[in-house]
Amino acid sequence: MCLAIPGKVIEIISTKDSSPFFQFAVVEISSVRRKVNIELIKEEGVLPGDWVLVHVGFALEKISYQEAQEQLQMLSLLGEEKQFIEEIQGYRLGKEREDGPQDKEL
Amino acid sequence: MQFVDEFRNKELIQKTAQEIARRVDPKIQYRIMEVCGGHTFSIYRFGLHELLPPNIELIHGPGCPVCVLPMGRIDEGMSLANDDSVILTAFGDMMRVPGKKGSPLELKAKGRDIRMIYSPLDNLKLAIENRDKKIVFFAIGFETTAPSTALTLIQAKKLGIKNFFVFSNHVLIVPAIRAILDSPDMRIDGFIGPGHVSTVIGCQPYEFISKNYRKPIVISGFEPLDLLESILKIVQQLQEGRNEVENQYNRVVRWEGNRTALKVIQEVFELRPYFEWRGLGFISQSALKINKSYAQWDAEEHFQLNRIVLTDPKSSQCGEVLKGVLKPYQCKLFGKVCNPEHPVGALMVSSEGACAAYYQHTGRKEGITDSL
Ligand code: SF4
Repeated sequence: MCLAIPGKVIEIISTKDSSPFFQFAVVEISSVRRKVNIELIKEEGVLPGDWVLVHVGFALEKISYQEAQEQLQMLSLLGEEKQFIEEIQGYRLGKEREDGPQDKEL
Repeated sequence: MQFVDEFRNKELIQKTAQEIARRVDPKIQYRIMEVCGGHTFSIYRFGLHELLPPNIELIHGPGCPVCVLPMGRIDEGMSLANDDSVILTAFGDMMRVPGKKGSPLELKAKGRDIRMIYSPLDNLKLAIENRDKKIVFFAIGFETTAPSTALTLIQAKKLGIKNFFVFSNHVLIVPAIRAILDSPDMRIDGFIGPGHVSTVIGCQPYEFISKNYRKPIVISGFEPLDLLESILKIVQQLQEGRNEVENQYNRVVRWEGNRTALKVIQEVFELRPYFEWRGLGFISQSALKINKSYAQWDAEEHFQLNRIVLTDPKSSQCGEVLKGVLKPYQCKLFGKVCNPEHPVGALMVSSEGACAAYYQHTGRKEGITDSL
């Protein structure tokens, strides 16, 4: 019920061929393409290539690639010395922010 | 799949579980409630409970929207389908939920027009295609789902659709957490906070848990690594004597929530003075009713609904399981009498119900992938 699944925005459907009031997008969820209502995240701005969380036909929120990466990095360093973590983190995260690999597969 | 596989990485899962084991004080028993049924489902599906040290006990919370509906309310909703001019619609979760006179699926087999829908917006299509019928949506769900019902109503109003009605059973998670904290037979040390509800309401509404009740709560995602990291964060807080609202799921949940979603809920709904929850009884201001400006689409206004009060069968212990007082297998009916083929309570039907999660997944775990 409260399940929501990540999907990738393929294209924003122009309002003309969509419903008269709502904004929709084509979103690929587990390689199936669906028409999804993007009204709730319109204000944030949605572009093709963005990842969104889909629940009962509506995109609930955008998913941040960077936050996901940082979390995974933190976990991979569990159990390491604190000082070592700080060093690695400062270096890796700083660099990634500059490069910003937004759409690279993990 | 991106944002899924990498959070099921075996090595990281083991590492995180080891870190939890390293952190816990073996002399202390940790009682941690996962509020959301989606979390219960993930815990059993991936066998996460088996990765935890024995002194961490996971208590299943009330966050399963079909499970918390009293049987009387289910029958009230289904009675709407007795009207020949009505097409009753519901999400898949609802279709097998037993009422006194059978489930929606059984009523459908007896000739009632009850249809399963995927999105609340499907109702509008049905309404336009069936102008001579009244489409009634049996709406359920927490704050995650309420915005989509609200947007559907807003759209119905704009399109001037008159043959669509909503039977609102939207409930709110925060008052339920408060009721659990106030319940005298409950001892909980920390909470795994609901992830998708929080995309809508944000993190701030949970602050009373840390301020007034001095318990940690960590808003969590649904993948194995999310849940383990959240448990680790709770254990860390307890070890360090902190009680804070933390957001583990920050790749999706923003501290302030989703403003648009909150706005559309406000536009369409108002708080009910009280609402009955299975197991938790009446909780004040814990559910949403359609407000005056949308009364025309409110099934409770349009149809003559008789309140049906039913108590659960004596031997079933759905209420205790919902409150986390009993484990599913401790219910007298679990397994033999109550199972997914013949469910007695909704907890055995919904994928988010603790009993179904237990029945289907204990002793049988699904693959945790090796990617990354
Ligand atoms: S086993 Fe069945 S009757 Fe018992 S608590 Fe679970 S759903 Fe309710």
